[in-house]
Amino acid sequence: MAYRRIRLLAAALSAVALASTACSGGAGDDKNIALRMTVWTTDKNQLALFDSIATEYRKTHPEVASVEFDVVPGDTSAYSAALTTQLSGGNPPDLAWILERDAPDFVQSGALTNLKPTLDAAAGYNAAELVPSATKLWTKEDGLYAYPFSTSPFGMFYNKNLLTRAGITETPDRLVASGRWTWDAARQIAAQVAAKDTGKAGLVIREFEYKQWVLLASVWRGFGADAWGPDGKTCGFTSPEMTAAMTFLHQAIFTDKALPGPGTTADFFAGEAGLTIAQISRAGLLKAKPFEWGIVPLPAGPKANAQVIGQAGIGVPVKGKHAKAAADFLAYFTNPANSAKLGQYFPPARDSLLNAATLAKANPLFSQEQLQNVVVNGIKTGAVLPSHTGSARIASLVQSALDPMWQPDANVPAALAGVCQAIDPALSR
Amino acid sequence: MTLTSRRRDELAGWLFIAPQALGFLAFVVAPLVAVVWYSFQDVNLLAGTSTFAGADNYAKLFDDPTAPKVARATAIFCVGLVVLNLALALSLALLLNLKLRGTTVFRTVFFSPVVVTLVAWTIVWNFLLQDNGGINSLLQAVGVDGPNWLRGNGTAMLSVIVVQVLKNVGLNMVLFLAALQGIPQSIVEASQLDGAGPWRRFRSVTLPMISPTTLLTAIITVAGALQVFAQIQVLTLGGPADSTNVLVFYFYQQAFANHDLGYGSALAVVLFLVILVLTLLQWRMRKRWVFHES
Repeated sequence: MAYRRIRLLAAALSAVALASTACSGGAGDDKNIALRMTVWTTDKNQLALFDSIATEYRKTHPEVASVEFDVVPGDTSAYSAALTTQLSGGNPPDLAWILERDAPDFVQSGALTNLKPTLDAAAGYNAAELVPSATKLWTKEDGLYAYPFSTSPFGMFYNKNLLTRAGITETPDRLVASGRWTWDAARQIAAQVAAKDTGKAGLVIREFEYKQWVLLASVWRGFGADAWGPDGKTCGFTSPEMTAAMTFLHQAIFTDKALPGPGTTADFFAGEAGLTIAQISRAGLLKAKPFEWGIVPLPAGPKANAQVIGQAGIGVPVKGKHAKAAADFLAYFTNPANSAKLGQYFPPARDSLLNAATLAKANPLFSQEQLQNVVVNGIKTGAVLPSHTGSARIASLVQSALDPMWQPDANVPAALAGVCQAIDPALSR
Repeated sequence: MTLTSRRRDELAGWLFIAPQALGFLAFVVAPLVAVVWYSFQDVNLLAGTSTFAGADNYAKLFDDPTAPKVARATAIFCVGLVVLNLALALSLALLLNLKLRGTTVFRTVFFSPVVVTLVAWTIVWNFLLQDNGGINSLLQAVGVDGPNWLRGNGTAMLSVIVVQVLKNVGLNMVLFLAALQGIPQSIVEASQLDGAGPWRRFRSVTLPMISPTTLLTAIITVAGALQVFAQIQVLTLGGPADSTNVLVFYFYQQAFANHDLGYGSALAVVLFLVILVLTLLQWRMRKRWVFHES
């Protein structure tokens, strides 16, 4: 009796299993491949460009039935969490946009396919011209585990109208020209804009919002500081350079009111702030010309004229159903011709495209001078934002430990010592 | 082969419950078992590999310097929410139980947040609680310089609790109202004849008579408080300085942001046990403080 019941249950479960297999049947069919690329961008123009490249590709690759660009909205942390969930939940994308801060984890874990053989073999691809500083993060031994799809320098955008209203005549571009574009000058301009009773903010570090502390690298690198040493094992938050940088920021926020304080929002691109530090790929938000604007490189600090780059790579997860086809599509997606097209939104990592004249064709929003100063020089001389294995864990520890610093009466050195205390065990792992 | 009538009924019964039973097995039992299994594994989410880790993930809990802060934040949130929610719900129910004009309107007003999408509700409050947001603008209009609600060590947790209470107080209010309206008028009148004043009537008649509802609301509010997530994700991300980092948010962070599914699962199992123990405790204590007519 009991045996019969067990048999009945087993039969029912088998039926369910068979039905589910039938539903997913064909996924591995090499003649009817459906590729899915997880992307972070929600920009319609960028997605339309992706689609047009995919449509061209499919004309010569009839085995690829479709290429879907799966948009995962949200901030960078939410995106990374969603991507990880897809990978762990047995639903890996065929290609994935990966943020620079996650690069060490993805590359070291063996989760990504080595693209080098495919890119080297692709006709006319010329992988040798990829700028080494752009591929560094995605390289392990001789392998390349993601294509450095977007190598986007940070720059300082400024609102000419607001600066004029604040009575500022020494604008950032003039200061750059005269070699006096420093963090002190930027703070002074920002404080002057904020002090003008217009309800506008001075300087906004875009997306920082007192949570994404890694973006502060755009400030502290000029002071000669970094989050950790080159080996990734020594905490850099207690160094004199970092103390100077953070003291500068604290005073700019709470004494000069040059930066909006915690919990206050201001969107530069909506005309609510005088200056902003943002990646140049954000310039698309100014297409409608809401105000007169300019862009200059990041200011020089007391120790360096440091430029900072944000990066995203596109990788092919080894667990994807069509890894070979995905790598082949990636080779097409990032070949010289398509890299030039993508260059209007995503600064390329190809040496031949990294000059103001070529970039100007795809970037009508910028002058050649701006492209040379901010984009070309930024990519060639800049360093990528800090990244580390276990970066998400470290990020949450730093965020939490830095919170006491974002109070008007904070003890900056003590807060920074707390950061090192929090992350030392994670760094030494 | 012929089936007896009883067998046919039995088979029909099994077939009727099969869809629900299969769904329950697939979407409730299987994930529960998987979480327990994962809690004993060292999982590499990115590579999709896992190795047996024994009780390492549970041992890690004792070495984790953030864990005491998380336990503290969870306890403060839970106690604050339960006390404030039940007190406010009962107070509103008592007010609405008075036969006054316009109570239907107020009932609708207080209940309507319950049917509003949680994330939408929280996003709106996120704007209102900003340093330059609506609440502080209102305070400024009356000459008060409001605090930075979501960034202050003391005010962040208070803000999260109040936002959550305002969202859900209507549900408990309706339950209390139904219980209040179920109290036999004869008992109230008898107590009045015996000379009991309003406070004595409330303490000795109303509270015992609605105690089964109080037990129900306490159980669902405690369980709900321990599972808070979206509000933390939208309002504070666990900050400042982990003061609002409650257990569900922390295990989400560990499992999905930090890619440590094993430790995240161990935290989820701990939370499951905490909720189970608290619920059983409340259920066991019902004999002491829940009034039964029998």
